[in-house]
Formats: sequence, C-alpha cells, structure tokens
Amino acid sequence: MAVKTANKPTKNTKKASASQSSKFTKDTYVKWYKDMLLIRKFEEKTGQLYIQQKFGGFCHLYIGQEAIVAGTASACKEGDKHMTAYRDHAHPIALGTDPRVLMAELYGRSTGCSKGKGGSMHFFDKSKGFMGGHGIVGAQIAMGAGVAFAEKYAGTDNVAFVSMGDGAVRQGALHETFNMAMNWKLPVIFIIENNNYAMGTSVERTTNVTDLSKIGLSYDMPSRAVNGMSPEAVHEAIAEAAERARKGDGPTLLDIRTYRYKGHSMSDPQKYRSKDEVAEWMEQDPIEHCLRVIK
Amino acid sequence: MRNVQFREALREAMSEEMRRDENVFLMGEEVAEYNGAYKVSQGMLDEFGPKRVIDTPIAELGFAGIAVGASMNGLRPIVEFMTWNFAILAADQIINSAAKMLQMSGGQYSCPIVFRGGNGTAGQLAATHSQSFEAFYAHVPGLKVITPSNPYDAKGLLKAAIRDNDPVVFLESEKMYGDKGDIPEGEYIIPIGVADVKRKGKDVTIVSFGKIMKVAFEAAELLAKEGIELEIIDLRTIRPIDYACVVESVKKTNRCVVLEESWPLASISSEISYHLQRYAFDYLDAPVMRVTQTDTPFAFSPTLIDEALPNVERLIKAVKQTLYRN
Ligand SMILES: Cc1ncc(C[n+]2csc(CCOP(=O)(O)OP(=O)(O)O)c2C)c(N)n1
Ligand SMILES: [Mg+2]
Repeated sequence: MAVKTANKPTKNTKKASASQSSKFTKDTYVKWYKDMLLIRKFEEKTGQLYIQQKFGGFCHLYIGQEAIVAGTASACKEGDKHMTAYRDHAHPIALGTDPRVLMAELYGRSTGCSKGKGGSMHFFDKSKGFMGGHGIVGAQIAMGAGVAFAEKYAGTDNVAFVSMGDGAVRQGALHETFNMAMNWKLPVIFIIENNNYAMGTSVERTTNVTDLSKIGLSYDMPSRAVNGMSPEAVHEAIAEAAERARKGDGPTLLDIRTYRYKGHSMSDPQKYRSKDEVAEWMEQDPIEHCLRVIK
Repeated sequence: MRNVQFREALREAMSEEMRRDENVFLMGEEVAEYNGAYKVSQGMLDEFGPKRVIDTPIAELGFAGIAVGASMNGLRPIVEFMTWNFAILAADQIINSAAKMLQMSGGQYSCPIVFRGGNGTAGQLAATHSQSFEAFYAHVPGLKVITPSNPYDAKGLLKAAIRDNDPVVFLESEKMYGDKGDIPEGEYIIPIGVADVKRKGKDVTIVSFGKIMKVAFEAAELLAKEGIELEIIDLRTIRPIDYACVVESVKKTNRCVVLEESWPLASISSEISYHLQRYAFDYLDAPVMRVTQTDTPFAFSPTLIDEALPNVERLIKAVKQTLYRN
C-alpha cells in the first residue's frame, strides 16, 4: 500500500521559473526542452517496443527524471566523464550520442553502442565520455571515483559525474568510496538520482535517515538537496560542484530529488505507490515547465 | 645472475615498470609508509613518491573499484591485497567490473590492472587466512590468472602482467616472499600462458603450480633413487592454461599426477584431468591421479594442517599408483 514518502515535489511554478529564467537564456531552455523531449520520446518508444517483445532483457526507463541529465549536460564540459547504473538510456542521449546506436544496442545489434554485448543496462560511448551503464547496484560509485582519480593523476581539470539511485546509496562501497574520495580530494560529483524508490522499496522503509543529502556529512563532504524536476536547479548545483572539483577542492554529493513516472522496470505492477502520488509529481513535469518558459 | 628474494623480484618488476611508464602506480594497505605488510614494496615510496605509491584505508571493495575506474580512464594500477583472502570483499569489482568491461563495452573500455598479493596457506593461520584462489578466478572469462613458483618467474611474469591490457590476478605467497633464486641482470619478460617444464623425466608427469611445487621437487629426488623419473610441469599461468605443454608431456610419460595446494572440487586438477582424458585418452596407461588439500576449511592445529596439506608421502603414493607399484 502507498506509504507516505519523504520526498515531496517542489513547485515548478511559472513565477519561480520566470525569476530564475533571467539567469538562463532562451536558447538554454530550448536545449533543455529538446534534450528532455528526445529522451522522453526515446523512452516511450522503447517501452512500446519492449511490450511488443522486439527485444529482451531488463529495461529501465528514465521518464520523469530527464531534468537531471539535461541540467548536468548543460553544466559540464567536454572532457568530463559520466558513469551511471543500469537506468542509462538518458545519459548518452543528453551527452549527444546518436539515439539510433542506442536503439541498435537494445536490439542486440553489432551496430549498437556496445556492439550488442551490453544491452539496455550497459550502454557505453567513449567518444562522449560516457563510461557506462553498470548493472551491479553501487559498483559504479567506486569506479566513478577511480575515473576521477585518473583525471587528477593526469593533472586535467576534468570532472567525473557518477550517478546512483536512492537504493544504491545503501551499499557499503559508498562509504569506502566517500572516505577515500574526500581524503584524496578527487574531482568527482556523486549524484543521487533520488526517485524515492528502489524497485518497490521506498527510502523510508530502508533507513531512519531519510534525508539522503546527509550521507556525506561524516566525511565532511559538501552536500545538498536539489530539486530534480528543475533543470535550472540541477544546472546550478552541478556547475557549483564542478567548479569546486576543478579547483582541486574535491567531491560533492548532490541528492537530486526526482520521480520516475513508470515502473522500476517494464515488469513492475507498482502496488507500492498511489496514483495520486504519481500525479502530484507529474504536475511538476520538467518538459512542460520548460515549454511554459519558452512560450 | 643475481640471487634475490621473491619479494625483491616482485619489487624489481614493479619498479622497472613504474620507471618505464608514468601511468603505472601501486596502491594498497600499508604499501607506502610501512613499506608493505610483507615488505614487497620496500623503498618504493622513497623512489616514486606518494602520488604513485598510495596507502589506502582498509576498504578492499572501495579501492579495488577506484583502481578499476582509474584503469578504464588511462591508468595502469597495481593493486596489492594484503592477502587474497581479504580480496573476497573486492570480488565484485574484480569479477563483475574488471573482467567484464572490455566485452560489455563493445571493446571501448579495457581494464589494464594487476591485482596481486599473498595467496594460499601460510602456516597456522586457520581457515579464513589460508585459501588459494586459482580455481575461483580461473573460472572467470575476462581475467588472466598467474601463480609463480620462484623469483625468476615472478619477476618476468609480473612485468608481463603489468604490460597486459587485461585484468590480471597475480597470486603470490607469504611463505615464498623470502625464497631466493637467480635472476639475470638485464630486463626479461615471461609471456603469460606458457608453462615451464621444471624437471625433465620419462616416467610420470607431475602438473603443479605455486609453492606446493616444492613437494614435487622433493618427491622427484626421492623417486629418482628408485629409478622413477618425474617430469615436473609448472603451469605458471592458470588462465589461460598451457594445455599443449601438459598433453605433450603425457604423450611421452603416459601417466600424470596433478599436485594442487587447494581443495579438490571444481579445481585446477579437475580441469587438467578432464583435458587429459579428452585430448590424451589413447596415451594414458593409468587414470590421472591428483593430490590436493583435504576437502575441509583449513585448521589451526599443526597436526590437522599436516593431515590437510599435500605432502611428499602422498605424492609418491599417487605416482606409484599410476605405475601400478607400491
Ligand atoms: C548488487 C545488486 N543487488 C541487487 C540488484 C537488483 N536490483 C536492480 S535495480 C534495484 C533497485 C535499485 O534502486 P535505486 O538504486 O533506487 O535505483 P533506481 O532503479 O530507482 O534508479 C535492485 C535491487 C542489483 N542489480 N545489484
Ligand atoms: Mg530509486
């Protein structure tokens, strides 16, 4: 049955966006809109094709969470590296990978971004600095810090962005990694794509500290909660964190609060949440929001 | 030739490769300021500095993962595990990440990384500290697995491992770090995947690897006095296995005993035995025998340890069985 969730959507009112929009050009809004719409359409099509059994395997859609990758893509620079878990269709699209090679990967084709060897959960595109696509929950946390380690070692000002779910933060590897990343001041930004559910388990059912932005505090890691339905808020948070990392001041943890409109994967009856809850978040839809600002 | 300790041979391999390639670095628990739990990395911090010889917290999963990520992004890490027993905590990163990356990314990301450290029994350390991991890791496509048995092989193979573009599991032994052996003055590299015939003989082939090989050498001396000549093969690389070398030898001797420090089930000895019955069937004059550790967690008591480990007596008995003698 639907549980009361810790996360509540922050209102993306036109008023709020109008004042924020002074910081961002219309071009930026148009780019966000295009990126997010492309992701949404790609994912909708992917969902349809999956239901038609055009391809197999697990399939996790990003619908609802688009503002995170859109705001990250607009705030990062070439040379930066990106890594995430298995919910990975959106990241390469936002970074500019041709959606056709991603679709080919879903079909298991040799023309796919991972030559048909990775499938939905294991997209890679080295040309865009997209380093996967990882199926083991939490494994990318340490690897992402390692990517940052290599950038620091080589003396670049590149940053590693590593995304994880609210469920993944429960892995012990997170603490080992946070500790070393802070101790060694690695240029890494840990992004929690906090959609409040790990499959059917809500954040509050797995912890007594539901404010995930606190997880980094025992390592003195700069941390903050971010409205994940707002590309503006994501962009600002990412830009600030990236600046810190590029200066050599080390990691940041961003607890980006978002929502997935669809089930965890294509086979999720979604008994754990109410339709009202889904509707409440959908009212803050980032694509609609950008469209309102553009108009 | 120079006579050096096993640990010195390993250190020379790492230091030479670090001088040769800026992107090679060493990380692990106590490797820098403490000079290594077993003094393998002694002096390396002084030469290479803290950027390249890095002390980690006790967080095997975390630092293995950081090393894997670094290897995907242009570096060539050497990760020292204090012993391989503790690397079980890092198995996720070794097996799920490093071993899979090249294939799963369609060839875009490789993981040139060496995981190394002490492996196997090392005295009265009891069950958690006495395990051998050849069979565990050899099972996994995407990894290479090496177990040297002397300083010469250790140096040549570790250099090959560091230059290799795949993840390599390099299994040493706390009991061997002090062993001495001759190595040449100049640089040399031993290719991965090539076994070595350590003693020539015509009667029975012994296939083995790692420190338990000493049992084979001792048995060979004793059996020679009875007119039985053992041919001793050191696999050196466990994945890929040099099957051809084993089959060639058995075609000559028609008999084989596999000597392995670890447990019998799903082991390297089972693998070798399968391969011989498949590819040397017509040449075998006796069933392939094996001498392994008893199928139990390793004990603390010396009496129980003696009972568990392969020894000269058990090996000689197995050899004689293949010759139908007693
Ligand atoms: C180590 C591991 N344990 C379990 C799983 C199975 N699993 C896949 S996704 C998932 C939930 C993860 O949720 P979260 O981290 O919140 O990410 P989200 O799916 O919400 O993006 C689980 C348990 C796995 N892939 N890896
Ligand atoms: Mg989640």
